[in-house]
Amino acid sequence: MRAYTPKDDVQAKSYYTDRFYVAPQVPKDDVSTDATFSADLEAIKAKFEVKDAFIQVEQMVVYINANDIYGVLELMRDELAYTQLTEMSAIDWLAKDNTFEIFYQMLSMTKRKRIRIKYFIENGQAVDSVEKLFRSADWSEREMFDMFGIEANNHPFMKRILMPYDWQGNPLLKTYPLEGDEFAAWYEVDKIYGKEAREAIGPEIRDTARVDRYDSERFARLGFEVPKGTEITDDMPRTEQNYQEEGGVFMVTKLDKKSSKVIDDPQR
Amino acid sequence: MAQVKNRLTPFFENITFDREDNELVLNFGPQHPSAHGQLRLMLHLQQEQIVKAHPDVGYLHRGMEKMAENMIYNEFMPTTDRMDYIASSSNNYGFALAVEKLIGLEVPRRAKVIRMMLLEINRLMSHLFWLATTALDIGAMTVFLFAFREREYLMDIIEGYCGARLTHAAIRIGGVPLDIQDDFLHQLRVFLNKLPQNIKDYEDLLDTNRIWLMRMEEVGTISKEMAHSWGCTGPMLRASGTAWDIRKEEPYELYDEVEFNVPYSDKGDNFARYRIYMEEMRETAKILYQTIEMYEKCVENNETALMAHAPKYISAPKLDIMTQNYSLMQHFVLVTQGMRPPVGEVYVATESPKGELGFFINSQGGPYPYRLKLRAPSFWHTGILTDLLPGHYIPDVVSIIGTTNIVFGEVDR
Repeated sequence: MRAYTPKDDVQAKSYYTDRFYVAPQVPKDDVSTDATFSADLEAIKAKFEVKDAFIQVEQMVVYINANDIYGVLELMRDELAYTQLTEMSAIDWLAKDNTFEIFYQMLSMTKRKRIRIKYFIENGQAVDSVEKLFRSADWSEREMFDMFGIEANNHPFMKRILMPYDWQGNPLLKTYPLEGDEFAAWYEVDKIYGKEAREAIGPEIRDTARVDRYDSERFARLGFEVPKGTEITDDMPRTEQNYQEEGGVFMVTKLDKKSSKVIDDPQR
Repeated sequence: MAQVKNRLTPFFENITFDREDNELVLNFGPQHPSAHGQLRLMLHLQQEQIVKAHPDVGYLHRGMEKMAENMIYNEFMPTTDRMDYIASSSNNYGFALAVEKLIGLEVPRRAKVIRMMLLEINRLMSHLFWLATTALDIGAMTVFLFAFREREYLMDIIEGYCGARLTHAAIRIGGVPLDIQDDFLHQLRVFLNKLPQNIKDYEDLLDTNRIWLMRMEEVGTISKEMAHSWGCTGPMLRASGTAWDIRKEEPYELYDEVEFNVPYSDKGDNFARYRIYMEEMRETAKILYQTIEMYEKCVENNETALMAHAPKYISAPKLDIMTQNYSLMQHFVLVTQGMRPPVGEVYVATESPKGELGFFINSQGGPYPYRLKLRAPSFWHTGILTDLLPGHYIPDVVSIIGTTNIVFGEVDR
């Protein structure tokens, strides 16, 4: 029976994992161990529902409801002095439970603290744009839309940013293969010559790294070269070319493949 | 291949060039010499004044985050070189530090000192490159030649260390692969002793130069609020009145042991950024002198370890691999399968020459990161052009792009 390959996650997989391997965890500390973080968390808790909060690697992680995001970030910016939205993006959990995890990395320069605000959304759900609060979200939300297809409500210019505007598919989804899909492979050909030209052009011309063994214009027939431009057919015998001087040179004997002995038995 | 009719038609994303009003749409880049790589700007002009700017990026997009999800951790290290290729060791370092924090590794002191040296040499290289290209954009050819000459010495030192000039891959997860070569410290000292005079030469050429001042002063002013809102970091933020340097505020490596100042300015214009780059070069030289002393102390105290000892994650030294069976087995597993960091998440920010370089890693306990987000400072420094350019004139575009110090390997990733 053929091995089952999951279609919802086509990323590289470890070829071997020990059956009894239990992955260790990065320790999670209680928020009460840090005075600044617990004060911040209390301030957020007073107004919004907090689902989970802990400290991991010196930074606090706070899980909130998806529709509270604008309010939470506004509170953090105006009252808790988290003036920078350093980074925001998504994590694809579609294969597991059909959700995306969105994270917002916040920085307070006066407190020297970093907080990560997180929430889950369903596949196909849109997030609330925080572009009005942080202009940096303008580009990061566009990048998230480009890479995951997650739209942001109230965003002024919800267009792709890194990929071309007419691209199909979202590259950072786990369902998107590393080498790209069919659309990606034929993107230039479709655009420049039209879809009907796919057959005439063929995959070998599309792939610039391909080496054609019948090509006598380039160096594809190493050791079996023919004069430049020779028409080569499938049934043409491959005659080996030797480039050693007829008489041999000093100290070097000319290799004669016919008279040389090949040792088949590795044990001898 | 059969002859197929070419359907290439101009593709301008619904931008109408014929307009009722007096507005002109100018397409700047992506192949403009002063666009610093692959920046394309759609500029809406009223006469020579810009009324709307629309930066278009992505021409150098290679999908590094996707690549990271399909590579084991050590495999990804050379790819990070291609982000900010002007100072590639700082990218290597940011990634290595993020993985080390995830695992909870402590790097040996000697490796830390060598890393700091590499980082600061990279900072100098990057700042010299910035000065050279920006001056060239403005038209100061002499400064370009001078700065490239000095950068060449630094590249030679780095080449002696790791064999590469641009893409170093000189830092490993858990330490550094090699000790510095014999004449490294000597060459570095010779360079550093000359550097103050070199910086003075640049300043003599530029500081009171009328053309330079006209292009720089009161041009491209970024207010403090705008810098914060756009997530600016590094010299861009410090020029706008916030003295924030991650090396100082959230010290990593041995930056809490060295003495240096964080130059900042309240002006926020191009000239302020230029001054900050120049002052930072001096501070970097200060740090480098101190790291030389630290290194010599390490040698005195006979601290020879260069890689952390963590057999689960890091291969043993070569000598052990070649002589001890168990080290060889572990090395084999780490090379073929890759290390498996614990399940968890980490965001680590480092101060790269351009600003805050952050690596966000979500690990699910496998040999491949489940999600890796690269936070490159230049991405937002390009985005700010949307708000910064309107009101300026065409020649200002060139000097503003110059002082934002954007590198497109990093913007597009």
